[in-house]
Amino acid sequence: MSNWILKVENLGKRYTIRSAKTERYTALRDVIARKARSFFNRTDAEKPPADSEHFWALEGVSFEVKRGEIMGVVGRNGAGKSTLLKLLSRITEPTRGRIHVRGKVASLLEVGTGFHPELTGRENIFLNGAILGMSRAEIRSKFDEIVQFAEVEQFVDTPVKRYSSGMYVRLAFAVAAHLEPDILIIDEVLAVGDAAFQRRCLGKIDAVSRSGRTVLFVSHQMASVQALCSSAILLSHGKLLKHGPTQSIIRDYLTLSNGKAAQSVEFRDRATDLSSTLLTSLSIEDADGKAEIFTSSRLKITIGYSGANRLSDYNLLIAIYDLGNAGIYAFRTSTSKSLPDNLPPSGTLVCITDRINITPGRCYINIALQKCGANLDHIPHAAEFDVEPDPEVDPGSIPSRDWVLVALNHSWSFEPAP
Amino acid sequence: MEELIIEPGRGERNYWRDLWRYRELFYILAWRDILIRYKQTVIGAAWALIRPMVTMLVFTFLRKVGHFSSHKVPETIFVFAAVLPWQFFSSALSDASNSLLTNSNLISKTYFPRLLIPASSVATSLVDFTICLGFLGILMATNGFMPGPQLLALPFLIILTFALSTGAGLWLAALNVEYRDFRYIVPFIVQFGLFVSPIAISSSDIPTSWRWLYNVNPMVGIIDGFRWSICAGIPPIAPSTFLTSVAISILLLVSGVAYFRKMERGFADVI
Repeated sequence: MSNWILKVENLGKRYTIRSAKTERYTALRDVIARKARSFFNRTDAEKPPADSEHFWALEGVSFEVKRGEIMGVVGRNGAGKSTLLKLLSRITEPTRGRIHVRGKVASLLEVGTGFHPELTGRENIFLNGAILGMSRAEIRSKFDEIVQFAEVEQFVDTPVKRYSSGMYVRLAFAVAAHLEPDILIIDEVLAVGDAAFQRRCLGKIDAVSRSGRTVLFVSHQMASVQALCSSAILLSHGKLLKHGPTQSIIRDYLTLSNGKAAQSVEFRDRATDLSSTLLTSLSIEDADGKAEIFTSSRLKITIGYSGANRLSDYNLLIAIYDLGNAGIYAFRTSTSKSLPDNLPPSGTLVCITDRINITPGRCYINIALQKCGANLDHIPHAAEFDVEPDPEVDPGSIPSRDWVLVALNHSWSFEPAP
Repeated sequence: MEELIIEPGRGERNYWRDLWRYRELFYILAWRDILIRYKQTVIGAAWALIRPMVTMLVFTFLRKVGHFSSHKVPETIFVFAAVLPWQFFSSALSDASNSLLTNSNLISKTYFPRLLIPASSVATSLVDFTICLGFLGILMATNGFMPGPQLLALPFLIILTFALSTGAGLWLAALNVEYRDFRYIVPFIVQFGLFVSPIAISSSDIPTSWRWLYNVNPMVGIIDGFRWSICAGIPPIAPSTFLTSVAISILLLVSGVAYFRKMERGFADVI
């Protein structure tokens, strides 16, 4: 037996789009009116709905999840993530394809689903547990643990309508997390709740997977996806674009969602403290004047700064990162011998690099200006740029960004055995 | 390890097994509804009694004024015996038909056999019914009225009412999701039903030539049955009336479950 716990084959879900004129739901009078019209006007009899009125929220999606794996599901809004989760948790039926599940699935689709505001915390634990498929005996045995995890001991007999939103979320998460399903589906819950609780949720999810259970995690917070998931799938317009290691999926997702890279930016509208010096602009271009940046390009990074006083004992830092947050290069002025010790109050610093050798894909830049080792200004993710594959090089010979960050020119030779 | 396959049309095969598996949810949903219904009210469960009591008092007054025959049964008992099943049927029907819409967040966010929602609404009405049954007992004791052996038929009649309410409730609940007009139709059915059921009057007051039409209302046989079972001494009901009720109840229940099952798959997409 192969060791998948969830297998999705060619899954598709089609929705019919109702035209804007009709209501979200059908009213009987509309149906009667339509039938009557078509009765009197036979030529205009109801046509079968054209294919354009259908919309595939999910199409041809296939993947497998292994036991104990935490898999991330990422994609922009409307990519089909929620539809996929609804199909997996059997809320709605697929139009096409098949899902194999080995074990019990529980989903935490939205916080507090099935909570009733008039009921107390205690009553809601039983209600919510039952909705998620737990028996009363199971809930009773886990009750104290749930209450403790949610930190609502004092309020367990208070109606949940008096709870703060944080308590609400904690309780909802606690119930689902103690359910012990074989597959736990989590959608965007961590968006609420304070940092400490978010950390504990992540810890709990991690513990859940270490005990051999599987987690499907949907989030727009790439940091959580990266921290938790070993692999991920990327959905776009209902199709599965990619299934692979989290790093590379996140990078593709960010490239997909950010559109064109911002290579030249100005930092205006920032609180101007005249006594300090701030960074004012940043641009990244090919040092030889080419329109695009290639793996073989040399970079020209131009940074403007402005302030009231002359700068001494300064240090300008530039760091280049991959979208998966892996650092590639860092440059700083403090090691440069060609700059004066002391700069005018405002001006521009230009940094020219050697060939960058970065593999094709998107990168981003952090910049910071320091004086005597303390930050005067710091702009994380100040700009982005795309590295294109060299046109004159065979694309197949350049390693992929999923694998390595840099590609170096190199040569091989053969030495015969002595 | 048990393997579950989800594919188009597959839901059918696991349905009844799932229904059994989720039976705890059925109790809890019913328990929730009962808890909520009386949670913020001053007199709590007494509300279950007030509506049928007021109906009974009004109808008793009308009967006194109109000099109807109640076959030597105390007037209040004679009327209450009919109000009892009617109240159960009407509240079960309105609650069940709205139940899917009031629980729409559950339907669009979680999976369980949807049949549990209207079924638990009917069960909730059964609790109110039990309270009223207790009141009937008190009424009989204070009037010194002894029931006869027909009382043994009462459990069967209650099951029949339950079946009819569930059947009609399932139809209306499913239709309500698809066509929101039914929100207005249900109160109308309930109001109209009060006039065409033998509650203030008894079936024997209806001219024989109209009896066949009157009997189309399945509540006629049930109400007459309740009255016959509770009020010792009144003439037994015509078997044809009663059998019509049984037949219509079974038909509604079977077709209601079938229709509900057919529509259920689309609830999450439509609601």
